[in-house]
Amino acid sequence: MKLTSKEVAHVASLARLEMAEDEMEKFAGQLNAILEFADKLNRLETKDILPTAHVLPLNNVFREDRVTPGLERKAALLNAPEAEEGMFRVPRVIE
Amino acid sequence: MLEQCTVAEALERLEKKEISALELTEAALRRVEAVDESVKAFVTVTKNEALAAAALVDAKRLSGEAMPLLAGIPMALKDNLCTKGVLTTCSSKILDNFKPPYDATAVELLRDAGAVLLGKTNLDEFAMGSSTENSAFFTTRNPWDLERVPGGSSGGSAAAVAADEVCFALGSDTGGSIRQPAAFCGVVGMKPTYGRVSRYGLIAFASSLDQIGPFTKDVRDCAIVMNAIARYDARDTTSVPMETPDYTAQLSGGVKGLRIGVPQEYFAAGIDQDVRNAVQQALAVLVALGAEAEEISLPHTDYGIAVYYLIAPAEASSNLARYDGVQYGYRAEADNLLEMYQKTRSRGFGSEVKRRIMLGTYALSSGYYDAYYLKASQVRTLIKQEFAEAFKKFDLILTPTAPSTAFPVGTVEDPLTMYLNDICTIPVNLAGLPALSMPCGFVNNLPVGLQLIGKPFAEATILRAAYAYEQHSGLIKQKPALSGKGVPQDEQI
Repeated sequence: MKLTSKEVAHVASLARLEMAEDEMEKFAGQLNAILEFADKLNRLETKDILPTAHVLPLNNVFREDRVTPGLERKAALLNAPEAEEGMFRVPRVIE
Repeated sequence: MLEQCTVAEALERLEKKEISALELTEAALRRVEAVDESVKAFVTVTKNEALAAAALVDAKRLSGEAMPLLAGIPMALKDNLCTKGVLTTCSSKILDNFKPPYDATAVELLRDAGAVLLGKTNLDEFAMGSSTENSAFFTTRNPWDLERVPGGSSGGSAAAVAADEVCFALGSDTGGSIRQPAAFCGVVGMKPTYGRVSRYGLIAFASSLDQIGPFTKDVRDCAIVMNAIARYDARDTTSVPMETPDYTAQLSGGVKGLRIGVPQEYFAAGIDQDVRNAVQQALAVLVALGAEAEEISLPHTDYGIAVYYLIAPAEASSNLARYDGVQYGYRAEADNLLEMYQKTRSRGFGSEVKRRIMLGTYALSSGYYDAYYLKASQVRTLIKQEFAEAFKKFDLILTPTAPSTAFPVGTVEDPLTMYLNDICTIPVNLAGLPALSMPCGFVNNLPVGLQLIGKPFAEATILRAAYAYEQHSGLIKQKPALSGKGVPQDEQI
């Protein structure tokens, strides 16, 4: 076993997910199966191989530092679960 | 019957004024009404908008305006492509009320080309899956056999085209999500080179792998739709600034002298014998038409799935962090912010999405990054190099698209077993190459998919070979015996 239920709980909290005990155990089993499958990568020597983050030979794509129109505030707030005074409203953060 | 028209046929009849755009859209809507209760391709049907858009095309034609490329052609879009003011759900509870304030670039290009949006199609939640069974809403059915899956994740788009509900559709392909459902549903599906079609407005799953592409009824239509959507876009920094060739111009160039590599690893155990036979027969046809084939070896093929299922979840765990109940989508009520995030995400995401977020978070977490994410990214380099080496000698690589034909709904329960479905398609995304799937035969009345893989930005070569094969095989003319509630006879024109 690579991942214990305790570690699964830790990863879940990092990912801002909460889970019931039985769901946690099911996930632990499935994630372990996938990670064990991925172990086959260790059969390959990759010491001097550069990693590929993406395939294109494009680097540092810049644009001119020019002001262009963006999304209107009203449009940006259209899908907000809660909005107030032109802002997204969330539960109180500061006591 | 009108709804069976290809894009090219419909354009010709519209041009000659034999039919109107409104008649074409009405025929498509009647077809949706007749069959979609059983196929379940659509999450949203935009009937009124479609009728209005079609009428506008007719008015423009009447006034003598120059008509754009796809004027009046009914289309469907996978529901992870942002459509301004039209629900875009990713087949997820967390976005089931989301109406984007803008169009994706590919959508904008199609609207500008005059295509008529009929609706948004079902997918595995956030494009994570190979069957559409992971949709939070319902499972789409395969038009060839309603007890079977259409493939995934773009299963709704593939099924809508196969069932003649639309002339063409767009999907997205991260590890095979266009090509595998195209194979299962017996239509043409293309994943363009990474960077060829703008990803702006495609809701991100794994950003280094995602690419938008078309589903069509034949190869010519694929070239036509590619002409409309392949365009440099400054809004996507991975969009490549280069000219778009006319993909229809070289279609009939033939395959004489074309060098085709046939990697033995894609014909190994794990690929159904019937599938192998059908693909070998297609190869024989291409050789008879003048292509030169040679068996090759791509020894890192076997590592593709392991690499993908570390890299794609890692990117997804980051991309899906934005769903927190603040700016859009579902929000769970809670007393404090952290609890709101957790409850929103836990109730909003389905289990496959959670599984991948967890896997990705773990692969990127402190202490495991080198062992999993970095290792996978290094092996990705090996896979990419292996293709580049092969393409020094060959113009195309030919393989099956999927290891089997469409499987019955509800029969693959283990996640890892489901992942193995992508064995033939994943390496192509890892290397960023263009590839196309097209029907090359039938086994027990279910379509088999042939995959043609090309050099970066050599979509035209793939289309030329596919067209040569299609002209010879005639397979594309076969239709599923889908009756639905019965299609009224009066729509025959």
